[in-house]
Amino acid sequence: MGASSDTDQRVIAILAAQALHDPAGLTRRTSIESLGIDSMGLAEILFAIEEEFDIAVPFNANTPEAGAIDLSTVGTVCDAVRRLLDGHPA
Amino acid sequence: MTAQRRVAITGAGTVNALAEGVPGTLAALAEGRVGIGPLEFVDVERLSIRIGGQVRGWSAEDRFSRAQIALFDRATQFAMTASAEAVAQSGLTLSDAEALRAGVIMGSAGGGYTTIDDAYRTVYPLGRNRVHPFTIPRLMHNAAAAHMAMAQGIKGPSFTVSTACASSNHAMGLAFQLIRSGAADVMLTGGAEATLCFGGIKAWEALRVLSPDGCRPFCATRNGLVQGEGAAVLVFEDWERARRRGADILAEVAGFAMTSDAADIVVPEADGAVRAMQGAMAQAGLAPGDVGYINAHGTGTAINDRTEAHAIRTQFGATLPLVSSTKSMHGHLLGATGALEALACILALRDGIIAPTAGHRVTDADCPVDCVPNESRRARVDAALSNAFAFGGMNACLAFKRA
Repeated sequence: MGASSDTDQRVIAILAAQALHDPAGLTRRTSIESLGIDSMGLAEILFAIEEEFDIAVPFNANTPEAGAIDLSTVGTVCDAVRRLLDGHPA
Repeated sequence: MTAQRRVAITGAGTVNALAEGVPGTLAALAEGRVGIGPLEFVDVERLSIRIGGQVRGWSAEDRFSRAQIALFDRATQFAMTASAEAVAQSGLTLSDAEALRAGVIMGSAGGGYTTIDDAYRTVYPLGRNRVHPFTIPRLMHNAAAAHMAMAQGIKGPSFTVSTACASSNHAMGLAFQLIRSGAADVMLTGGAEATLCFGGIKAWEALRVLSPDGCRPFCATRNGLVQGEGAAVLVFEDWERARRRGADILAEVAGFAMTSDAADIVVPEADGAVRAMQGAMAQAGLAPGDVGYINAHGTGTAINDRTEAHAIRTQFGATLPLVSSTKSMHGHLLGATGALEALACILALRDGIIAPTAGHRVTDADCPVDCVPNESRRARVDAALSNAFAFGGMNACLAFKRA
């Protein structure tokens, strides 16, 4: 899965940059909350992801649980981006 | 002079998505009519959020001269129309000497937003090398206040305050203080806003706090705020002056307080909200049981409404007043919203009608207030508060009393 691991690496780079964290220290199981990313940081991450991959990420900060996207861990964010790139709902 | 003076509201005017004019707006608020609908402007199809409280069928050409239109951003146009209505209703006339002791304080979050949007479109995507020569005097935040002062020959303190969504509450509060302290006798005050354009919505869209389908404050299904546009202008006047000339006093402005959360640039804190309500009530001499109605900031975002409801519970304990957010009907007018919402307070105080919170579907246990869902209610109200809690953690609360 070369393409998807490339996607993962690009997503991880975005998350690591936002968290001021070494990308090498992030695993799929790392939670976004544990990286100290708040709701503003999340908005910046979604902006960076949309710019990087030229996709639209459906997410409303008022209803995070109702959104189609799981932003709880590094792994779920990577999976969601991959699904959006495949043209599926997140 | 030593004693603080009382402040009367003797005139009001507005343009907003519900109606042009105060009578139509109050009727719409009493009916619980929603003025939010599909947005119409250039490039709207490039937005994911396409609803707002837009003023429909607005024709500048029918209201203003060519020279005026060259200088009046859409927000200034709304302000001028609202101001003319307010002054006409108050029957205000100013002698040369009185004009020196009259002023204008307006609130605006965005200034001439559509002027900026149009100018950027002209030089960037359209690639032209020139913008209109009056772009700067049109877009400056104090343009509306300046044109209002010119139209009425008002020569005392005039300026605009900009505190995001609390702008017009800060403006009205300062106008109140100037009259109360004796520094001015008459003030035109309120707010004007017109940010419903591509750039205005696009920037908010990025913050991911706008609702795609409606403004439902205090409802468990709420999913964000909905922007509106328009203006509301009130005539504040020294009580004795108003009484002497036999003016129709709509309500009394009795207290004002402003606080800062000093916490987060967008996330509100209950403490700052509580202190603002406390301060306004203390200045007005109101105990919790005296306040019959609160026009909430009530944006319809998850966090604002939860925080505000808890702040109200903290301040009022067991003697909860009725609470409604009329943003559910006219949308969030940002820097003009408090001025428009003051009209809902006047409706409660003068007519005994509590405007509802429209769009309500499901009670939210996290918002433990009676938000007057969907249908207006009759109640005798002696005092009302109007809350505004802005980004930046800047809070401004006004207390009004029945005249």
